Amino acid sequence: MNFIPPDFAPASSEIFMLIMVCVVMLADLTAGENRRYVAYLLTQVTLLGCALLTFLSFSTETSQTFSGMYVDDTMADMLKLMVYGTVSAVLIYSHAYISDRGMLKGEFFSLILFATLGMMVMISASHFLTLYIGLELLSLSLYALVALRRDSVMATEAAMKFFVLGALASGFLLYGMSMVYGATGTLQVSQLAQVIQSEASNKEVLVIGLVFIVAGISFKLSAAPFHMWAPDVYQGAPTAVTLFIGSAPKLAAFGFVMRLLVEGLGEMAADWQGMLVILAVMSMAIGNIAAIAQTNIKRMLAYSTISHMGFLLLGFISADANGYSAALFYVIAYVLMTLGTFAMIMLLCRSGFEAENISDFKGLSKRNTWYAFIALLLMLSLAGIPPMIGFYAKLAVLQAVVNAGYVWLAVAAVLFSLIGAFYYLRIIKLMYFDEPETDEPILPNSDVKILLSANGLAILALGIFPQALMGLSLYAIQNSM
Amino acid sequence: MLFEFPLLSLIIWLPILFGIAVFATGSDHNAPLARWISLTGSILGFLVAVPLYTSFDSATAAMQFVENHTWFERFNVNYHLGVDGISMPLILLNCFITPLVIVAGWKVIQERVSQYMGAFLIMSGIVNGVFASLDAILFYVFWEASLIPMFLIIGIWGGPNRVYAAIKFFLYTLLGSLLMLIAFIYLYQTSGGSFSIQDYHELAIPLTPQILIFVAFLLAFAVKVPMWPVHTWLPDAHVEAPTGGSVVLAAILLKLGGYGFLRFSLPIAPDASHYLADMMIMLSLIAVVYIGLIALMQADMKKLIAYSSVAHMGFVTLGFFLFNAYGIEGAMVQMISHGFISGAMFLCVGVLYDRLHSRQIADYGGVVNKMPVFSAFFMLFAMANAGLPGTSGFVGEFMVIMGAIKVNFWYAFLAATTLIFGAAYTLWMYKRVIFGAVANPAVEELKDISKREFALLAILAIMVLWFGVYPYPLTEVMHTTVDHLLVHVSNSKL
Repeated sequence: MNFIPPDFAPASSEIFMLIMVCVVMLADLTAGENRRYVAYLLTQVTLLGCALLTFLSFSTETSQTFSGMYVDDTMADMLKLMVYGTVSAVLIYSHAYISDRGMLKGEFFSLILFATLGMMVMISASHFLTLYIGLELLSLSLYALVALRRDSVMATEAAMKFFVLGALASGFLLYGMSMVYGATGTLQVSQLAQVIQSEASNKEVLVIGLVFIVAGISFKLSAAPFHMWAPDVYQGAPTAVTLFIGSAPKLAAFGFVMRLLVEGLGEMAADWQGMLVILAVMSMAIGNIAAIAQTNIKRMLAYSTISHMGFLLLGFISADANGYSAALFYVIAYVLMTLGTFAMIMLLCRSGFEAENISDFKGLSKRNTWYAFIALLLMLSLAGIPPMIGFYAKLAVLQAVVNAGYVWLAVAAVLFSLIGAFYYLRIIKLMYFDEPETDEPILPNSDVKILLSANGLAILALGIFPQALMGLSLYAIQNSM
Repeated sequence: MLFEFPLLSLIIWLPILFGIAVFATGSDHNAPLARWISLTGSILGFLVAVPLYTSFDSATAAMQFVENHTWFERFNVNYHLGVDGISMPLILLNCFITPLVIVAGWKVIQERVSQYMGAFLIMSGIVNGVFASLDAILFYVFWEASLIPMFLIIGIWGGPNRVYAAIKFFLYTLLGSLLMLIAFIYLYQTSGGSFSIQDYHELAIPLTPQILIFVAFLLAFAVKVPMWPVHTWLPDAHVEAPTGGSVVLAAILLKLGGYGFLRFSLPIAPDASHYLADMMIMLSLIAVVYIGLIALMQADMKKLIAYSSVAHMGFVTLGFFLFNAYGIEGAMVQMISHGFISGAMFLCVGVLYDRLHSRQIADYGGVVNKMPVFSAFFMLFAMANAGLPGTSGFVGEFMVIMGAIKVNFWYAFLAATTLIFGAAYTLWMYKRVIFGAVANPAVEELKDISKREFALLAILAIMVLWFGVYPYPLTEVMHTTVDHLLVHVSNSKL
């Protein structure tokens, strides 16, 4: 029997990542207690190496490998590069926080890298089972990360909730996939589209399968009514982990939705559009309204995430390149804002003090004018006020929605974002209009200082010059469809 | 073009750059530096705006000083600037008011000086951007961005209930604007991918969508003007804002709404405008009469002037929907004149408030005995507010009433009641504050206005009298544009 080795090139960065995860674990084992920075530096080197590999193999051609189970296209490359950048920023932001809380261990870094690998697989998979493997790799690493502080009751409870509900959602997803397999006889993304087009499939079974798949997806995206886990997990997890959960996985989730719904089940767009409309409206309603009642900042941001995911789903409703690129732009903008916001929360934490409540933002502008200004930009951007990037993300999505003929949906979306504006304004109010409760100085490391400033200013700069990122999003989508 | 030099960009960005420079001076140790930089910036901002008037060609209705560059291609959005006879006077008004506001806050603001001054400069630039934008998205960005500095000004330097007022101000305005954004996106779709406002002017739209677009615009602009019944944010915002904030709010930000009607509602949805004109006139007349009565009842000076602003702005919207040259030109004159008069009124209240820290009419009385010069100025502005002939307040109101009488006698009759109510609430307040016996021992301690305050009020007094006696320089520049607009609006787009 002849064994023809598959082409490893399209998966080179994943393979490199896998090797490096093992290296990080071993290196941390031998480095010992006093040299934890070895693992940290190695992790950053790994991400840099992956970025180089992805960047060097960047081409506008779509290449498939492993019998069509794996794909490397422009969208995958772009998303992966963003994932690396995001994870790297997460590590820089959370370094001080985790070392203050005794979490600076090899496990933290290897779990983050495993999760990153899972995201890369999700982004590049072109077979439903590969997608599932990527998703599970990500999810299992996240469950463990949430539970990393095992002496914290909150964290353990959050991890438990996350795990049980996450397993349920994975079950949904697998069940839906099995239905799709039963109806079409294939799970490969490219073949699936052909089979459905040729109408050789059982439409009823396919639609039932689709319902389960959409339910699974909305759980992972934390879209209502499958959002219950998000507030508890965001609140319970250590802030560094919340930052991670809230940022990079959303990029992967975007890739995941693109592969599953658009490339795989794109022929059934008429069926999933209706479902997404309901999910989007519910998410925007529940997210924005529930966020008003929160006093815990992390919980509030969890609800804000839910509403943003609703907005993101709106981009898919138009079911064309225009809408998908709007959704991609939205998710990139969202990740930028989330990174900055959680970094800001960690900035307010000190050893022995967790910034948990929105009142911890009180009087920030008197404590430190510059960081208050950055936080102001972040909040305005989250609220979608120009000239911040958040506005253009909303503009792009709304344009796609109106283009698809759903003017009422656009009106509903802006009304909910008006409600949303209130709780972002409340943070600004606390920062600028109230007196500080503590005059503890805010002293971040210089790397955090630079990165956070760059992050905040990027939100303004990309808002004033949105063309590059918008063009890039459109290019990535058009080149991959 | 006459002017290849990017004059409008300079008018927009110069104050913003100065504002950033003022922010950079940092803490209150550098407060004098911050003040002087702001003053320089605002005066330069006015000086660079002067060529706008001197080189303006009042014989054409076309956009002048046009700049057009691609901003982002993805949605075909352009950095497209230009002014006509409607926007040019408003830009000048804004550039004129900014230095006054800076000077008004010179002594009073002692905390976070650089942020206060910087916020006003940045807002000045942003507002110029609103008036000069010819691209809907560019307009929207400036429009929304103008909320941010005002929100912070009210919230940081405002009175006791400032947080409520600031958030109410922001959310109210945002509600209207978001629906306007949907209208823009809808127009983008129907026009086949253009955000150019001038393209929208030529776009044929059926009546139902026109009405919906008109309503979306109405919500945005009516909140800003503010028209009855969405005016309730204004008294709160005015009362809580620092003096400078009130001046800018009344003199400039309210004009954004009026400008919006002329630039968007009327030319883009002319049929809907005619269709809904009666409703608009009713709302305006309610503002004039009913709000005038409410103003009579106020015990707080700032609140009284705020309500009088709503009533005066009712004249503006009334003028727009009469669809004749008197109406629209009168409304424009009224907007400019209201900018001077309301600004001056708020400055006068500010002068009193700085001394006694009270805005209650009941806390004053007999001020004339201690502050004769101030009382004279206040008299002039109170008279102008009441619409006395010879002041700019009279010109606009008279023109609008003339316009109204051509349409319907009763419109004119109801509008003219303002001459009575306006006189009643303004002069009654004036009487209780300035004349009479000294009710409050603190009034005994009052000192008359300083040179700085004198200069401020004198400049405004000159403007009020000048445009009252000789409004020609103002009407001349807008005449062609208004005629063109009227012709445009009278053509159905169905």
